[in-house]
Amino acid sequence: MLKIWSMKQKQQQAANADAAATGIKKKKVTAAQLRVQKDVSELSLPSTMKTEFPDEDDLLNFTLTIEPDEGMYKGGRFHFKFEISQDFPHQAPKVKCTQKIYHPNIDLEGNVCLNILREDWKPVLNLQSVMIGLQFLFLEPNASDPLNKDAAEDLRSNREGFKRNVRSAMGGGAVKSQSFDRVLKS
Amino acid sequence: MSPSAVVPGELGSGAAPSRWSFRDKILLSTGPFTHEMFEPSEEAVAALGEMQILVIGAGGLGCEILKNLALSGFKKIHVIDMDTIDVSNLNRQFLFRHSDVGKSKAEVAAKFVEKRVKGVSITPHNCRIQDKDEDFYLQFNSIICGLDSIEARRWINATLVNMVDEEQLQEGISDSLKPLIDGGTEGFKGQSRVILPTMTSCIECQLDMHAPRAAVPLCTLATIPRQPEHCIEWAHIIAWDQEKPFPDVDNKLDNDDPEHITWLYQKALARAQEFNISGVTYSMTQGVVKNIIPAIASTNAIIAASCCNEAFKLATTSNPSLGDGENNYMMYSGNEGIYTYTFKHEQKEDCPVCGQKAKDLTVDPEWTLQEFIESLAGRADAQLKKPSVRTAEGKSLYMQSPESLELKTRPNLEKKLRDLVENGHELAVTDPAFATVSFRFAIHYR
Ligand SMILES: [Zn+2]
Repeated sequence: MLKIWSMKQKQQQAANADAAATGIKKKKVTAAQLRVQKDVSELSLPSTMKTEFPDEDDLLNFTLTIEPDEGMYKGGRFHFKFEISQDFPHQAPKVKCTQKIYHPNIDLEGNVCLNILREDWKPVLNLQSVMIGLQFLFLEPNASDPLNKDAAEDLRSNREGFKRNVRSAMGGGAVKSQSFDRVLKS
Repeated sequence: MSPSAVVPGELGSGAAPSRWSFRDKILLSTGPFTHEMFEPSEEAVAALGEMQILVIGAGGLGCEILKNLALSGFKKIHVIDMDTIDVSNLNRQFLFRHSDVGKSKAEVAAKFVEKRVKGVSITPHNCRIQDKDEDFYLQFNSIICGLDSIEARRWINATLVNMVDEEQLQEGISDSLKPLIDGGTEGFKGQSRVILPTMTSCIECQLDMHAPRAAVPLCTLATIPRQPEHCIEWAHIIAWDQEKPFPDVDNKLDNDDPEHITWLYQKALARAQEFNISGVTYSMTQGVVKNIIPAIASTNAIIAASCCNEAFKLATTSNPSLGDGENNYMMYSGNEGIYTYTFKHEQKEDCPVCGQKAKDLTVDPEWTLQEFIESLAGRADAQLKKPSVRTAEGKSLYMQSPESLELKTRPNLEKKLRDLVENGHELAVTDPAFATVSFRFAIHYR
C-alpha cells in the first residue's frame, strides 16, 4: 500500500507550483448537474410527452407536457414544472402541475400524489421513471390515494359521472361549483 | 464562564509533557498492530506537527474534531464554516459560550482551542467551502468533514477527486491526493469513512448509504393524518400554498421567521384537533419544517474520535487506517445497545465523479462542434455515436435529446470549437449507448 503522506514537503511544494502554473480556475458542474445531464440525455419519451427547457444551460428547471392518447384524459394537454435540487438524486425532483385540473391524485394547487416522488423515491430512479409515473396517473387515476377528495369520491362511487366531470373540467367548466383550467389541445 | 478557569492544571506543551506521553508511546515504539511501513521515531512526532489539516464544519462534530486534533499533536489546523453561533448550539458545541452567540463559529472555535492547547495554530475561514479554490485545498495533507449537508459533502468530494493528478500519481507522487475523512451523525447513529480520491469509493459512490428522509405519502397528509408531524407537514406542504398567508414576501416561507412558523403551528394545531391528534407544539413545528435531526452530543463525540484516530494514523502511518487496506467505512449505531460494522464500500465504475477521470484530448481549434462530435464516434476508447456535450461550467453545447434541447443547441454544431471551449477546459459527454457512464474530456488545442 502506498505511503500516502510521503512527508516530502519539497514534492508538495513542487506540486503546488505546478498547479499555480497551469493557472486555470476551473468552475465545475456539480455532481447533481452531471447526473441530470445523464438522465436528460437518456430520456426516451413516447410521443405523448415533451420537455421544454426555458434555459438550455439550466437542466435543473424545466417543464414536462403530457398529452394522453388514451383513457379518460385523452385530448388534454397537461403541464408539469420540474425543479431539481443540488441534492438530486438523493432527493426526488419537485414536481407540480401548473394548471388547475380535476384529478383524484392531484390537488387544486398542483401537488401530485405519486409514490416515487415522495415515500418511494430512491437515487437509482431517474427522471424517465418519474415522467412515466406521471403519465400513468392520467391513464389510471386512482381513488385510493386521494389528494382531491371530491374527485376521488366521484371516481369511486360513480365512474361514468367521474368521466363526465373530467370532460367538463378539461373544457374549462366547473365541477360542483369549482372551476377548472381549460386544458384541451384544440 | 471563563474557559481557562475551568480545568485544573492547565497543560501547556512545555509545562506538562505528560499530556503527550501516551501518544508518544504509540509514535516512539512499535506494537502488535503497528503498520509494517512504520518506523518509530522522534521524526514521526515532529512530522505530525507539520501536517496541514483542514476541518470542514465547526458545529457539533467540528468542535469535537478540533479539540481532538489539537490534543493529538496536530499543530497546523485550518477550520472553515460559514455559520454563526446560535443559542441552541450551546448544549453540545462546547467551544462556544453564551457571549459568543451571533459570532462566527470558525473564529470562536479556533480562538478557544488555540488558547487551551499551547503551540497549536488554528486558522479560521468564515465562508462557504465553495468560495475557496483548488489552490486553497492543495495546501492541506488531509481534510476532515464534520458536516450535516449532503450537498457540501458532494461538493468537496468532487473537488478533491478533480484535483488528483493522475500522471503524478503513477510516478508515485501522491501530493495531489488528499485523503478525505468524513464523519456524520443522525441521532444515535453515525458513520466515519476514509476516501482516497480516485483510488477508493467516494462520497458519490456511497450516496445510497444516506437513506433519503422517510416521507409520508402526500395523500395520507391530505386525507388521514395519524400523527402530529403529519398535521405539520400538511400545513407546510399543502395549506401554505393553498392559503398564501404572506403575499408581501411572495409567499416564500422563511424557516427562521417566527411569524411564518407560528402560522404553520396554528394551522397544524387546528388540523390536529379536527382529527383528535395531540402533541403538536411550536418547537415540533420548527423541527419538522427545518428538518432538524436531533443531535446527540455523545454520538458526535464517538464519531469525531473515530475520524481523528484515522487522521492520526494516516498522518503517522503508525497503524493501518480505514481506506488503507480492506475497509473504508465504519458505521455506528447506538439505537439499541452499541453496534458497529466496518466494511469495504466498493468504488462504482459508473460513478459520475470518480468513475471516469478526464481524458486529455488534443483537437484542432478550427474544428466545428459537428466535426468534433464525429471524431468522438471514431475513437477506439469511447465510440460515442450519439454524444451530448456540456462544458464543465454547465453550458449545453449540444444535446441529442430531448427534442427541445436538440433544437436549441443545434446552431452550435456550426460553430468553431475555439469559440465554445477554452483551451484546457473540460467537457462532460454522455451517450445513451453507455447507459451508466459519462465521459469527461480535457480539451487541448493543437
Ligand atoms: Zn465515486
